[in-house]
Amino acid sequence: MATPTLELVDVEKSFGSVIANQGISIKVDAATVTCILGDNGAGKSTLIKTLSGVHKPSKGEYLVDGQKVDFNSPRDALDAGIATVFQDLATIPLMAVWRNFFIGNEIEYGWGPFKLLNVKKMKEIAKQELLAMGIDLRDTNQPIGTLSGGERQAVAIARAVYFGAKVLILDEPTSALGVRQSGIVLKYVLAAKERGVAVIFITHNPNHAFLVGDRFYLLNRGRLLASMERETADIDELTKAMAGGKDLEALTTEIESVRGAKNK
Amino acid sequence: MSTTPATDERVRKASLLTRALRRTEVGSLLGAIAIFILFSATDTTGNFGQLPGIAGWTDIAAPIGIVAIAVALLMIAGEFDLSSGVIVGTTGLIIGMLVQEFNMNIWLAILLAMIFAAGIGLMNGYLVVKTKLPSFIITLATFFVLKGANMAFTMIVTGSVRVTGTDKAPGFKSAFDLFSGTFKIGTESFQNSLLWWVGLAIVATVVLTRTKFGNWIFAAGGDANAARNAGVPVARTKISLFVLTSLAGALVGTIDVLRLQGMQAGQGVGQEFYYIIAAAVGGTLLTGGAGSAIGASIGAIIMGMAYIGIPFSLWNSDWTSTFLGIILFSAVMINTYIGRKAAGGKR
Repeated sequence: MATPTLELVDVEKSFGSVIANQGISIKVDAATVTCILGDNGAGKSTLIKTLSGVHKPSKGEYLVDGQKVDFNSPRDALDAGIATVFQDLATIPLMAVWRNFFIGNEIEYGWGPFKLLNVKKMKEIAKQELLAMGIDLRDTNQPIGTLSGGERQAVAIARAVYFGAKVLILDEPTSALGVRQSGIVLKYVLAAKERGVAVIFITHNPNHAFLVGDRFYLLNRGRLLASMERETADIDELTKAMAGGKDLEALTTEIESVRGAKNK
Repeated sequence: MSTTPATDERVRKASLLTRALRRTEVGSLLGAIAIFILFSATDTTGNFGQLPGIAGWTDIAAPIGIVAIAVALLMIAGEFDLSSGVIVGTTGLIIGMLVQEFNMNIWLAILLAMIFAAGIGLMNGYLVVKTKLPSFIITLATFFVLKGANMAFTMIVTGSVRVTGTDKAPGFKSAFDLFSGTFKIGTESFQNSLLWWVGLAIVATVVLTRTKFGNWIFAAGGDANAARNAGVPVARTKISLFVLTSLAGALVGTIDVLRLQGMQAGQGVGQEFYYIIAAAVGGTLLTGGAGSAIGASIGAIIMGMAYIGIPFSLWNSDWTSTFLGIILFSAVMINTYIGRKAAGGKR
């Protein structure tokens, strides 16, 4: 098998005496969607921050294309092609879609201090790139705040892909969205995958994960509880494992007995 | 109309009117036209809409407009500068005192005053970015510190509350001609400050809408966190704008001290509100993220027209501030209403 685009080997992250992640080994391949599932407090946030360069692992190795890396900041990770799309912190509502698309990466022309924005080119590229991801906008000049939550996430994804992300980390992209909007985002997750990007999809919704995922990792209490490939995984197993298997069964019986008592 | 591709077809759906109203300046332009018509109708001198009247109200509007443009840029980036009025007095007094006490060349005195102003802007910006305290508080403190210093220093150095005799400085003539001279349109003399204002409005508009820095200004005020995540140097952008605002105040201070050939210790105090009013009337969002230099300039024009129109109409000019207060409230109300209507795309 080819070298994974991104790999963690036995990574541990602790803050003083608190161990947030322990023994995390994951592999992320190009042109696949790797889902990281976990309930609240499972250590997902710490893992995202480690992957995106915010935290440094306390122990273990972080490999990109088989090479050991040592990120000091999210900017370093970005330079290595690892882009993170955070849920709310991705776009600036009052600014035009094309301005949002190019913010921090503006295309200019001219000389020395007299550089001007190449508005026409940026609008063209933004429209074309969004279309390539299947986002058909009336007008890239409209404020991005007029788009729906799902579309805004999609623009952020398209932007990361255009600016050369080979690994795209999506932090709970569907958690604040309705069913339809979630569907839109999941479609763009697949579109990014089709373009050869290694997508890491972090979620606590096993249904969403199962729709797009190729590989699944389950986190619980900071540890890797299980890992499954798409061929072998099934949704019930995933949901059960996520909630802690036996716990869920116990909960089900308990609730059923309460409901039964009420109905009598 | 010929057939166009489907995607372009939908762009035209937004009517010309909606698209026009989406621009924040348009609301204030309509307001300015309404006020122009009002004063033209009530004018008793027959001059309001003629060259002499226009020379009068642009003379008042220009110094307000120069600083209001800088203040608008700063407000778009999400910050306030309440020391923008007092700095006009501070820089004028510095120039006046350097000339009066050391018989310094006026150009050198102007340069030193500009450097001082840039330093104040840098300090304001640095403190805002570092302490993360509201710029309202930090610049309010700067305002009061400078207000007191203006008075105390002037008293210590000159023994009175004003500096005089600026016209006796070496190089005065050339500086006067550049900053405070006049130019003729027809038979009427206009102040050079009008040219400075128009020039600044053009440069600021280009910077704001057509440069990377302009993009960063909107981003910093729209959502500083998202901007930072996208790699925008938010702190540097804001500090630059604080410096720019102080320098705009210093330019007006220079114009004033040359024109009046001296300066009162209390000059400029209270003007900061005029700049903020002009920016707000012109559609600058007080929470940041939206606004324009043209809008702030239109706001300044409205104020200039009020100052000339009220006496020309033989109304009691004691009421000028009341009039401006009502204009401010109505303009911001209407701008907000239009903005909500035009943003309408929200589904």
